Amino acid sequence: MLQVSVRHAFEGFTLDASFEAPPGVTVLFGRSGSGKTTIVNAVAGLLMPDEGRIAAGDWVLLDTAKGVRLPPHRRRLGYIFQEGRLFPHLTVAQNLAYGARFAPKDAPREDRGRIVDLLGIGALLDRRPGALSGGEKARVAIGRALLSAPKLILADEPLASLDEARKAEILPYFERLRDEVAVPILYVSHSASEVARLATTVVALEAGRVTGQGPAAEVLGDPGVLPAGAREAGALLTARVVRHHEDGLTELDAGGAPLFLPRVGQAPGASLRLRIAAHDVIVSRGRPEGLSALNILAGHVQEIRPGGGPGVIVAIDTPAGRVLARITRRSAEALGLAPGAAVHAVVKTVSVAPSDIGASAAASVPAE
Amino acid sequence: MALSLRVAFWATLLSLPFGILAAHALARWTFPGKQVLNGLIHLPLVLPPVVTGYLLLLAFGTRGALGGFLADLGIVFAFRWTGAALAAAVMAFPLMVRAIRLSIEAVDPRLEQASATLGASPVWVFLTVTLPMALPGIVAGAILAFAKAMGEFGATITFVSNIPGETRTIPSAIYAFLQVPGGEASATKLVIVSVVVAMGALLLSEIIGRRVAERVGGR
Repeated sequence: MLQVSVRHAFEGFTLDASFEAPPGVTVLFGRSGSGKTTIVNAVAGLLMPDEGRIAAGDWVLLDTAKGVRLPPHRRRLGYIFQEGRLFPHLTVAQNLAYGARFAPKDAPREDRGRIVDLLGIGALLDRRPGALSGGEKARVAIGRALLSAPKLILADEPLASLDEARKAEILPYFERLRDEVAVPILYVSHSASEVARLATTVVALEAGRVTGQGPAAEVLGDPGVLPAGAREAGALLTARVVRHHEDGLTELDAGGAPLFLPRVGQAPGASLRLRIAAHDVIVSRGRPEGLSALNILAGHVQEIRPGGGPGVIVAIDTPAGRVLARITRRSAEALGLAPGAAVHAVVKTVSVAPSDIGASAAASVPAE
Repeated sequence: MALSLRVAFWATLLSLPFGILAAHALARWTFPGKQVLNGLIHLPLVLPPVVTGYLLLLAFGTRGALGGFLADLGIVFAFRWTGAALAAAVMAFPLMVRAIRLSIEAVDPRLEQASATLGASPVWVFLTVTLPMALPGIVAGAILAFAKAMGEFGATITFVSNIPGETRTIPSAIYAFLQVPGGEASATKLVIVSVVVAMGALLLSEIIGRRVAERVGGR
């Protein structure tokens, strides 16, 4: 369990954040300028905050009250930078080996062959970074961090500089890291779909302050915490694949409620996490008839929050989990929505983007 | 000729570690007196060489403050070829430091940070990232310093005079030939040698620099 508490004053901006990161992927989620990267740099030791304490169990990285300030090279972290930062004068193999020589002899190490296979970089080992594509660089950077025998992995928007196709290529590797590598990961992102796919825990940040933290589904389902703004709001559901239908749909079971999605790659029985964007959800008082949408979840309004402009965010508790809907205030009033009201949340099958659907072994990661 | 090469070779080789250290300090560290150090290093560039030579004589002459101490250790500079090498090194030092400093400043500090997060202590960061990436500039700086050392005249003749076989480097020899009637032919030969050596050094630095840059640029 990583515990972070930092205060640092910049000109015109004060960071004052405390949070805990249990095993798995903890995503620092917020808009640019919310202080995410500053926090990660403080954990890495690249920035020495005015005050704070950063510790993983009894491994204390920083404790200004006691005068403990470990320099970066003694923190045993694997930092995956946004721009990769591979060493251009070394080959891929030498980049991968770079961190290992500085790690203590008895440190638990990842097997190099396994990591190379996991990231699919076996064919690149003799090349230099100048000859790699953006996606290849990103994968080598992940490998280099993993193979330095880190106690914690930091990732600062590792996908931000990649195009959508490359993102779709790299995201599954992070899912596999989360599910197959024991090292906890602190991951910075401003992308709601990255958060939905990767996060075990979400720490929402706004203007240097933590506005919400906890299990991913809880934080993303809280209409009071919208770190990316109302437009990006969306809830996280966990569902099990029931079967693939002939007509290209996959039937899921979400807490007893059936859901239909465009065909997904996972086999029946597999667990999925999917993000339902709030602007894709329609709210109906009665059970809708003669509607093309396949997914209708019965539930109760839990909370209504103004969502900026003419909109509101309605949180609806359904058997499948908490769903957020972004509708106009006018509609909310016309329907007479209030906490406790019985409603139906309607989700079009095709509105769930493939990039918002991911594997979910994270749900089973036990809390420490 | 051989003497000139020997003087320039040792002047370059022995001043290189100090040059790299000074360049790194100026490029990366902040410390009190940084501007003073910068000024001292560049002083030989702007002082009349005769003044530099005279200052060296005061400091390292047999009765100079440092010279007397070093003489007890068996190291004598005054009126020896070693003194010519010292004078050449001092005069070439600013050029060397400038070239190396620029190349160190061109190394992306974010790569040095990445190296530190992977567990490299500051010394290892320098040896495994900064130094190899700055190599083209270091090579260029060393060759430039070598060429300058070959041609140093003013400080050398002031400090260690013009003793045949001991301190008579090529420029001193040219000067000496030009002082005697009929020495022009011999002087011309040496002038050609000087030009060839200088051009060769510049070409070599260009070629080596480019080759190293290709390797560091990584393809």
